[in-house]
Amino acid sequence: MTALEVQGLDKSFGGLRVTSRVNFSVEPGERRLIIGPNGAGKTTLFNLITGELRPDRGAIRLFERDITRIASRRRAHLGLARTYQIITLFPRETLLRNVVLSLLGLSQLRWNPLRRLDRQTVLIDGARAALDRVGLGHLADRPLAQTAYGERRRVEIAMALAQNPKVLLLDEPFAGLSIDERRDVQELLAAIPREVTIVMIEHDMDVALDFAERITVLHFGEVVVEGTRAEVVAHPRTREIYLGE
Amino acid sequence: MKRLALLLGLVILATVPFWIGNSYYTNIAAQILLYATFALGLNVLVGYAGLVSLGHAGLFGIAAYAGALLINAGAGHFIAILGALGVTLVAAAAFAVLSLRGTGLGFVMITVALGQIVWGVAYRWISITNGDNGLSIATRPAPFGLSLNLAPGFYWASLVVFLVTLGAMAVFAASPFGASLRGTRDQPRRMNALGYNVWLIRFLAFLFSGLWSGVAGMLFLYYNQFVSPQVVALTSSAEVLLMVISGGTGTLLGPIAGAALVVIMKNVASAYIERWNFVLGAIFVAIVIFMPEGLVPGSVRFWRWASGKLRRREPRAAAAIPPVSQPKERV
Repeated sequence: MTALEVQGLDKSFGGLRVTSRVNFSVEPGERRLIIGPNGAGKTTLFNLITGELRPDRGAIRLFERDITRIASRRRAHLGLARTYQIITLFPRETLLRNVVLSLLGLSQLRWNPLRRLDRQTVLIDGARAALDRVGLGHLADRPLAQTAYGERRRVEIAMALAQNPKVLLLDEPFAGLSIDERRDVQELLAAIPREVTIVMIEHDMDVALDFAERITVLHFGEVVVEGTRAEVVAHPRTREIYLGE
Repeated sequence: MKRLALLLGLVILATVPFWIGNSYYTNIAAQILLYATFALGLNVLVGYAGLVSLGHAGLFGIAAYAGALLINAGAGHFIAILGALGVTLVAAAAFAVLSLRGTGLGFVMITVALGQIVWGVAYRWISITNGDNGLSIATRPAPFGLSLNLAPGFYWASLVVFLVTLGAMAVFAASPFGASLRGTRDQPRRMNALGYNVWLIRFLAFLFSGLWSGVAGMLFLYYNQFVSPQVVALTSSAEVLLMVISGGTGTLLGPIAGAALVVIMKNVASAYIERWNFVLGAIFVAIVIFMPEGLVPGSVRFWRWASGKLRRREPRAAAAIPPVSQPKERV
């Protein structure tokens, strides 16, 4: 049983091959780190997995189920959630409403034009719990536009966690954070139970290496090295490509 | 307090024919209500979905033409209204399928083209639409035996329709579906990743918007007892869009304020100023410069700013006292 499997994935934009015969599989409960220099195709890989992009070739399986041709929005219902490297939230709404929208996405209520959203206590309590989980419960009713960047990063994570995903894709969750904020997010990620499989893209090697059990190195859209932390760090190709030695 | 204001507003609206006392102005009030209904319908797309339609007069006109054709074919008013709204919904679905292929400017251009097609049909398909001469209907309906032939009766009927529209908008805006729609306006990509069907949400919003535009179109038909290609011209679409934008998109009261502004300028100011269009243009420019978010949200902002300034002045006056008393303590 694999939680997430990618097989022979190809994607080109015109003449530029951004993903080239990518294979990897992630075990249930695993913490996987994907690293690689800028332009290695990491975010593109995430976009292919979530279905925001269509692969030219290859297959994607979520718990052995082929999701390659399933619409992106359906994949959320199958237990796949992601965060964005560039913060993608609802700036006019409060933090609570942001997370409520996340929960509503998986609820049949989202089609209901007659009830009042602010009276849906199940959704609202769930959203409060998700905000508490990332330490933002006290800011629940503040408009997103009045929060700090570090707080928004945590809202991103709260929205993904609120959906109770089986597989969580984190796209640079530490990007742009201060050292203190990094530690907070690090603790937050460490507290996520093992029922959730996590695949993370990250540049910050210090925090990222601690987090992951296995590491995949991408370079020009290809998987160059894959293995345990020690194997990958010691591998000459990693040093050549990523650490610039 | 809020309920009291609401009640007061209702009483004022319901008694308009009594205190205006003049059928000319009562008719203008009815026109405001019918355009407010239209603007509220368009606001679903422009305000809540973030999709600017410049072809909504097409839907408005399709309802009016369909209603006129049904009535002239001998249908009763009830059947004609239902039929016209049904035709409008079908047309809105066709508009939506074609225009939702794009967003932003692409969406605007497709709606312009669709509106122009409706105009071309109204103008050229003379055997059905009577071309430039338009279609007339002989009677207004008489719901529950109440005549709508005089200005006050028609005003009250318009008021009922308007209030139903406003109520529907208030419920819609506060609903989970309303929140879903606003989400697709702000972050369509995120909404998709969260599990929402962005296209279908926009499609349903288009139908909802089209339905109320159709309701307004039927009010227009009964108000004038006449419909001509001018109703579906691009300028009509632009006019209702300006109502929504000048009043404030994505708010309940904005489109109403915008409708009142345009209708009053058109009917009242034109009696005094020959170039009333020029004045209306100047007002729009002023709104864009000083209240780019629209009249209603702009006024709210101004009110908060002004009242905040007043309130801040009081504590400052109070704070001025202690330094005076402090030296006394030292002594």
